[in-house]
Amino acid sequence: MTNLAIDAHGLRKSYGDKVVLDGIDLAVPEGTVFSLLGPNGAGKTTTVQILSTLVPADGGTVRVAGHDLAREADEVRGAIGVTGQYSAVDKLLTGEENLRLMADLRHLSRAEGRRRAAELLERFDLVDAARKPAGTYSGGMQRRLDLAMTLVGDPRLIFLDEPTTGLDPRSRRSMWRIVRELVRDGVTIFLTTQYLEEADELADRIALLDGGRLIAEGTSEELKRLIPGGHVSLRFLDDDALKDALTALGRGFVDPSDEAGLTLQVPSDGGVAPLRELLARLDAAGVEPADLSVHTPDLDDVFLTLTGPKETSR
Amino acid sequence: MSTLALALRDSSTMTRRQLKRLVRYPSMTVQLVVTPVVILLLFVYVFGGTLGKGLGGGRGAYIDYVVPGILLMAAATAATGTAVMVATDMTEGIIARFRTMRIARASVLTGHVVGSVVQQLIGMAVLIGVALAIGFRPDAGIVEWLGAAGMLTLFAVAVTWLAVALGMKSPTPEAASNAPMPLVFLPFLGSGFVPTDSMPTVLRWFAEYQPFTPIMETVRGLLLGTPIGHDAAIAVAWCVGLTAVSYLWAKRTYNKA
Repeated sequence: MTNLAIDAHGLRKSYGDKVVLDGIDLAVPEGTVFSLLGPNGAGKTTTVQILSTLVPADGGTVRVAGHDLAREADEVRGAIGVTGQYSAVDKLLTGEENLRLMADLRHLSRAEGRRRAAELLERFDLVDAARKPAGTYSGGMQRRLDLAMTLVGDPRLIFLDEPTTGLDPRSRRSMWRIVRELVRDGVTIFLTTQYLEEADELADRIALLDGGRLIAEGTSEELKRLIPGGHVSLRFLDDDALKDALTALGRGFVDPSDEAGLTLQVPSDGGVAPLRELLARLDAAGVEPADLSVHTPDLDDVFLTLTGPKETSR
Repeated sequence: MSTLALALRDSSTMTRRQLKRLVRYPSMTVQLVVTPVVILLLFVYVFGGTLGKGLGGGRGAYIDYVVPGILLMAAATAATGTAVMVATDMTEGIIARFRTMRIARASVLTGHVVGSVVQQLIGMAVLIGVALAIGFRPDAGIVEWLGAAGMLTLFAVAVTWLAVALGMKSPTPEAASNAPMPLVFLPFLGSGFVPTDSMPTVLRWFAEYQPFTPIMETVRGLLLGTPIGHDAAIAVAWCVGLTAVSYLWAKRTYNKA
């Protein structure tokens, strides 16, 4: 049986009257990527703050990296690394000095600290900027330095709190590449993000947090199965063509969001064979759609369906 | 390593961080060194002639009288800077990072204190240099100078811990720059610029019992040979007490935030 890097039961936190976390359970096996998704204000950052010993929980039992969070905070701190959404670098120090500072605080020897710093600067493509103050770095560079600083101590569990928020697509992709490398080395990642694509790309398991509760949890595929499946959208030039197509296919309905009423939605998983069959039927009936698009459910659909605005009236 | 050894190691790491930061951001240090020098020149050359007559001497007598007060004022001014730096630091993500690391909890604060005390000692050394150049004539030997340096260092440590606590308590860096302001004025409401016996009763009572007065009297006594009496013991007690209370306050605030 695999060990759990994070094992939480009934985690609770309130600030005054406002309940931020209303009893959540988490089980993250070692060596996996777990992603916590949720709209702004859902409690993602609070969860990370509690699990990383920054703020105490009001209730619940939590073990992180095998240690009790409440009683063995220092042991937990020794095993984890945190990269938050606000860059946690010293902007007056250079990139290299920031890394050396971390090495000193991890109590590495001078030689070892120098070696680690050089290695991480190389790995994170910061060699040219190593002797410039971190305050002069671009957003992507600061975020890379931030993660490099987290890695100085070789943590086995890393919390990434919205690590790519505000980054351009290229920086985001290079961040993803680094995360994949870490996972390959056996590191456990606890990731919060508001980018569903990011969770889909990286996470083994995804939990949806809304209003302080976990409203769904599973693999990306399992979550997508929770909501109505995909469809093929066919747009026609006139009503007759649409009616002929509906007769020929024997299923489907007029897309209510098309004001002209000329778009037909046909349920489909988007596979090639059903699509070929569908087109063959239309061909046989002599109808030609003006436009065709295939829609498969993505995490956006899951997210929007499950975290609807109805939640705000709780 | 033992807990104490770890605490010392982390504190010295944080001190190196703070000293590097001070070197990278020198405008603050320059301002903290220049301001007391300007005050010294102002009091000696603008007010000094008249005030010196009141002491039964002249401008020269007043330089000798006013230097200890301005030394304390220099430390208090620097403390304002420390409060701002601490408050600014607390708003940065790096502090959250330190909190999630297995390091001695108060080490980041200790780093601020040592960095600031070094800054203040440099400021006081420059001030004494300028004072000597314009006619400050202490009659202290090596032992007295060392004693005065020790007293001023104790004082610097005390106001700096207080400033760190005030900086931690401040919601914004702007608020942090106001909180320690009264410290800058305490030398005026004591024996820093004129002897307390020239003041009205209530003010005089305050001036004689507030902590800055025994400290200034001790420094004055060591450098100029005026009587010290119980002032040295009272001064040391104030500094140690203020340091202890402020340290605990700052540490508690840091752990709670």
